[in-house]
Amino acid sequence: MFTSFIIAFIVGGLICVIGQLLMDVGKLTPAHTLAILVVTGAILDGFGLYEPLIDFAGAGATIPITSFGNSLTHGALAEAEKHGWIGVLTGMFEVTSSGISAAIIFGFIGALIFRSKGNID
Amino acid sequence: MNQKDYEQLQTKLSPKTPIGLNVLKAFLVGGIICTVGQAISFFYIMNFDFTERTAGNPTVATMIFISLLLTGFGLYKKLGQFAGAGSAVPVTGFGNAVISAAIEHKTEGIVLGVGGNIFKLAGSVILFGVVSAFFVALVKLILVTIGVTHW
Amino acid sequence: MDKGVIYFPSKPSILAAGVVVGPLEKRSVFAQNFDLVLDDERADQKTNEQGHQHLIEEAAQIALQKKKLTMDAVDFFIGGDLVNQMTPTNFAASTIGSPFIGMYSACATSTAAVIIASLLTELGGSHYAIAGAASQHNAIERQFRYPVDYGGQKPATAQWTVTAAGYALIGKHQEGEPCIEAATFGKVADYQQSDPFHMGAAMAPAAFSTINQHLKGRGQTVQDYDVIMTGDLGKVGLPILKEMLRQSGFTTKQLETIRDGGAEYYGDDPLFLAGASGAGCSASVFFSEILAELKSGRMKRVLLVATGALLSQLSVQQNQSIPTVAHAIEVTMK
Repeated sequence: MFTSFIIAFIVGGLICVIGQLLMDVGKLTPAHTLAILVVTGAILDGFGLYEPLIDFAGAGATIPITSFGNSLTHGALAEAEKHGWIGVLTGMFEVTSSGISAAIIFGFIGALIFRSKGNID
Repeated sequence: MNQKDYEQLQTKLSPKTPIGLNVLKAFLVGGIICTVGQAISFFYIMNFDFTERTAGNPTVATMIFISLLLTGFGLYKKLGQFAGAGSAVPVTGFGNAVISAAIEHKTEGIVLGVGGNIFKLAGSVILFGVVSAFFVALVKLILVTIGVTHW
Repeated sequence: MDKGVIYFPSKPSILAAGVVVGPLEKRSVFAQNFDLVLDDERADQKTNEQGHQHLIEEAAQIALQKKKLTMDAVDFFIGGDLVNQMTPTNFAASTIGSPFIGMYSACATSTAAVIIASLLTELGGSHYAIAGAASQHNAIERQFRYPVDYGGQKPATAQWTVTAAGYALIGKHQEGEPCIEAATFGKVADYQQSDPFHMGAAMAPAAFSTINQHLKGRGQTVQDYDVIMTGDLGKVGLPILKEMLRQSGFTTKQLETIRDGGAEYYGDDPLFLAGASGAGCSASVFFSEILAELKSGRMKRVLLVATGALLSQLSVQQNQSIPTVAHAIEVTMK
């Protein structure tokens, strides 16, 4: 169990390092960086490479935004396998709904209870 | 002074991005966030009916809840200033992008303000995730259909 | 005479000024000269923009109170801010009730407004005019960059938009008050800078151009001034300006005359990165610290060069460069 924490730390950290390099060396905005990472996750799953990474790194692979692209593709592929063409469209959010629904719900709750504050420390 | 000379002058006098330090901070903070995620997923596996594969969903939701608290109390932006991609790339960063936009636009009402702007920053992540997943799945389906590869 | 340089034979005076700032600006090195420091960044209003409006109204009121005047005495209210279509200033103008000239030169609005006020005074069309500018951190950040609570990493070149309003009461020449002898409307400078987190590099050429334009047009040298102060070039932009000036022949001693409000604003606090910016930055420094220095006689002649980056979120997203402008006023004290 302890090793799984170490692996999650290192793999998750390394994915963030790629993001930081895209921003600092590639001079990309956060939005561009995250878009690239999501697309990368989707493509890796197309080659069947992301699931093994999750098996290996656990949260180190599921927490970074790359996993969002992976699960979208994963859902689409699973449905495509079962239902063919139509599954590509319908399966997409099958696996990944929790991230988006949680963000929407907590975003809404946040808007109801919090106010933005221009504090600095 | 022409443009080229000026570009040289301003590059020389502007502080360089401390890439090494930024990368180190991103690694540490990103790693820690993923480790927290790992702990939460163990919690779900041990206490509820989740397997290692299915624990991802409640873990992500819990992480976004933590992001809500950090964003609402103005702490996530400080973490972001320190960690850069280390706090932007994990799903908590996605949560922060959604939640901060929602909070920011509450003054324009919950329909036009919150509703209209909640995906202002995170929308491109969803767009590119969905579109790339669509094309990846499509390509794979074609390859399987013509017999180049299999599921 | 060089284009854009205006001389005012009647020497309109800055009779008084009001500077109101937000809670964070308490930490400013100029804080002791601010008239009012608010405890709430929104001035206890519902929205950032309404708080912004409140800052403007308070600053104008304070300037008038110092001369025991009421709003009825004001011939012109001249000012602007950075919010789209500068609605906070529009609403403030509606409360103030005097004839209103809205102006937009981004962070160079403060001096631009004073120039128009001086021209109207010079023409005899205005007994009392209120001129200045303001900015409110949250309202500006969310419009130009990200939501306030978004966790993006800002580079060391980024500046902190101040929450501040500075308004000056401009009237006919009066002995014992600082007066505006001359002014320069600057040309727009565009050196193809495009980083919205590096305003200093975008604006330094505008300051350079306006300072030279003014000195040339007036036949002066740097030695004629106690200080030449730019608005908000910040800790990175100021050295760039100084280097440009040095390459054009300024000596090290002459360069000591050059200061910048944004670079000094928050002292050495690293939290504020490259220092302060915003339309309220130059306004709150020029109309507090600098006026006090002039009134006390420690300074006799200053050139105040507010610098503005004329970008919008739209122009940045469409990959356009950042055009910039600087407007200068030459203020003297007998």
